[in-house]
Amino acid sequence: MSTEARKPPPQIALKIRRVLGGKAGWNGVAVQFAFAAILGWIGYEIVSNARANLENQHIAAGFGFLRNNAGFDVNQTLISYTGSDTFLRVFVVGLLNTLVVSVVGIVFATLIGFIVALCRLSPNWLLSRVGEIYVELIRNLPLLFQILFWYLAVLAALPNPRQSISLLGVAFISNRGLVIPSPVGGSGLEPFLAMLALGIVASLALRFYARRALFQEGRMIRIWPTVLGLLFGLPLATMLVSGLPFTFQLPQLKGFNFAGGSRIIPEFVALTLALSTYTAAFIAEIVRAGILSVHKGQMEAGASLGLSRGTTLRLIVVPQAMRVIVPPLTNQYLNLTKNSSLAVAIGYPDLVSVFAGTSLSQTGQAIEIIAMTMGIYLLISLLTSAVMSVYGWRVSRSLGA
Amino acid sequence: MSDIASSSFVRRDLLTERPAPVKTTGFVGLMRTRLFNSPTNILLTIVGALLLWFTIVPSVRFLMVDAVWSGKDRTACLAENAGFAVGACWPYIQAKLPQLIYGFYPEAERWRVNLTFILAVALLVPLLVPRLPAKGLNASLFFFAFPVVAFFLLHGGGIKGFGLSWTAGLLELFDDSIIGAGQAVLGLSKTSAVAPLLWVVGNFIVLVGTAISWLILPLTWLRDQIQGAGQSVWADFAVTTAVVSLIAFGLGGGLRTGWRALASSIAAFAAIAVVIKLMGLDRGGLPVVTTNLWGGLLVTLVVSVTGIVTSLPIGIALALGRRSSIPLIRIFSIAFIEFWRGVPLITVLFFATYMLPLFLPGNFTVDGLVRALIGIALFTGAYQAENVRGGLAAIPRGQGEAAAALGLSWWKTTSLIVLPQGLRHVIPNLVNSFISLFKDTSLVSIVALFDLLGSLRASFSDPKWSTPSTAFTGFAFAGIIYFIFCFGMSRYSLFVEHRLNAHRRN
Repeated sequence: MSTEARKPPPQIALKIRRVLGGKAGWNGVAVQFAFAAILGWIGYEIVSNARANLENQHIAAGFGFLRNNAGFDVNQTLISYTGSDTFLRVFVVGLLNTLVVSVVGIVFATLIGFIVALCRLSPNWLLSRVGEIYVELIRNLPLLFQILFWYLAVLAALPNPRQSISLLGVAFISNRGLVIPSPVGGSGLEPFLAMLALGIVASLALRFYARRALFQEGRMIRIWPTVLGLLFGLPLATMLVSGLPFTFQLPQLKGFNFAGGSRIIPEFVALTLALSTYTAAFIAEIVRAGILSVHKGQMEAGASLGLSRGTTLRLIVVPQAMRVIVPPLTNQYLNLTKNSSLAVAIGYPDLVSVFAGTSLSQTGQAIEIIAMTMGIYLLISLLTSAVMSVYGWRVSRSLGA
Repeated sequence: MSDIASSSFVRRDLLTERPAPVKTTGFVGLMRTRLFNSPTNILLTIVGALLLWFTIVPSVRFLMVDAVWSGKDRTACLAENAGFAVGACWPYIQAKLPQLIYGFYPEAERWRVNLTFILAVALLVPLLVPRLPAKGLNASLFFFAFPVVAFFLLHGGGIKGFGLSWTAGLLELFDDSIIGAGQAVLGLSKTSAVAPLLWVVGNFIVLVGTAISWLILPLTWLRDQIQGAGQSVWADFAVTTAVVSLIAFGLGGGLRTGWRALASSIAAFAAIAVVIKLMGLDRGGLPVVTTNLWGGLLVTLVVSVTGIVTSLPIGIALALGRRSSIPLIRIFSIAFIEFWRGVPLITVLFFATYMLPLFLPGNFTVDGLVRALIGIALFTGAYQAENVRGGLAAIPRGQGEAAAALGLSWWKTTSLIVLPQGLRHVIPNLVNSFISLFKDTSLVSIVALFDLLGSLRASFSDPKWSTPSTAFTGFAFAGIIYFIFCFGMSRYSLFVEHRLNAHRRN
């Protein structure tokens, strides 16, 4: 008489307990109820107090104020804006200003950061010391200090527009900001842009084809001369045929100020300088750590396979270093975007400055305005971390984990 | 013998000496190997030297050579009076130094600020030197006793009651809020569609509130008796001491093992009594200096020390909550951490300044400094939570399982086994967070508090000292202060890291 293996008991009660209360079981459920009660009480207190306080101050809650006229001017706008536009448009203007200073700052910060990292990694003793001094000095001073330093000390010490410092005769920097030549579209603009786009698409397609040929059939195709021709030759040829795509309008000193060209307000210059040099110090450390994290045996293995130093770097070291660099680098980009809110200290019209600052003091709608401002930043950072977790998942998959 | 010599070759004369190998140590070696060993390197060295030349030389000229060292007002720092292109205007810093350190703190009371600074240093230095003993006592003094003493020193004022009165007051407030909520629900039930349900819920809440008010009746009665008597602080103090010591005695194990807990509780209360007596807290204490008079380095240090002291417990609680298996607590902790980490600090300060007052009862005003402190504590707490979580994750599971096998409860496992090891792992990260907190305190100047940077900015507008070099001088001075603090902290964190990793080196 054989005995059959008994089925394990279903243990439904245990499972329910696990789901509801975690490892702590029914105690956990009780703790949750107590916690929920406390949260509910705090929430109730907040809502009832806020309602009473708003009533006392005669402020109508809700987002209706967004359709009211703002009635103040903003000194840098990417989209058309006048004082008679709504608060909603102020929000968009501020957001765009935040984004533009962040993007410009990110570009410069990456550039400076990589240069400083290369300095620090350089075998040259003096240059690596210079890089180290830069990093230590910048990282140990508050960002707001640096913003104010550039704005109140350096830019304010510059001469007025009449004696402004000329950069190669095309751009002028003074205490009223930076004046640069502005591009004016010409007759050949449209064919030029079309050919440029065509060149980019064709180069990408060529690269795709070359990689397939390499990986599937083992054929090496040298594509860079063709790509160079497509990217530069084609638009240049178009330019010869259909005329200049755009001309630069040079700024001219007229009276006390400049005419022509486009003026970048000093707040933007100071903020970009401070943000990019500050974040660059952090990026430099990240890049250095990333490159040092690749074991030196990798370089030696590449050399023993007969690869040249450049090829080893490009195909073996950099891809592995990038895996280490990219997540904290993205984090720094996010930090830069969040730090751009310090613009409010010097009056650059970013989101916090025009919306959470001026609009708040005009309307008094503190809850709605601060919630919207925080919400936008939260959205940006959540989106970034979502993208980063996809990246992390792909990296771990490619490592075979 | 001689035939051996003739049959085999033996060299008769010494070889000439080979030249010594190229020196690779010392300054000359450094120049050979790392500065001038190839044309590219020579070029790079020249670039580096030029960079240093164009930054260091003007800085030194500005700070030392061309500086003006004495004077009464701006005229001393003008080029036409000094006779040369003026660098730093140090008399301006000299004149503004009190403002940069104390803000508008009354001159007669500044000894209190100095005393607080001295107390802080005296408690902090032994805490940071690993060799010194009694870390537990020292840490509890710094993290619990010092903030209270510092508050009464800096702010002044006395106390009206003690533990019992405060507990009674808090419970009463809580109870009032519950009854208020119940009555609000009852009020709603008159107009709502689900009136009976709301009526039941409202009555239930009111019932709970009433029950609580009956429960706390002995406490409030005792409070009223004590307040009615003359020496309210001391009577309250005696009752609180008795109650807390008895509880400690009971929790410590009663008659068998509770004596130690009883003794330490009584000792702690005796120390508190000495402090109350010394500072005269029962008789009104020191004259009150409201926080709008505080400023300069004082505010910077108050904000950063408070942030450090409050953010660590918040961080530990959130990190434990995030690792908890209880769903609601885990979800709440994750949401809380990610929210504060996702928004910039300046919006948090705006939130604390403009939104928080709306959330509190109308008769309840919060000081501007305290609002900023709340915002900074929440913000830094979320960052610390992630640091602490990293440390907790580094502890092998076996540690917790071994503790469970020994029969330790969750609290004991966490507080005796997991946390001490986990926190030790992340001391460098915690210190790095403190550095960024210290730097971030400069943001309070945006919400109208005058910290070091805010005071500096305010001092620029003084016409008595407005010269072309005033701004640069001010920034140089503030920059040196910030740099000393941050650089010191970062070196300390490196030192600790080095010590912690001592076993990994060979």
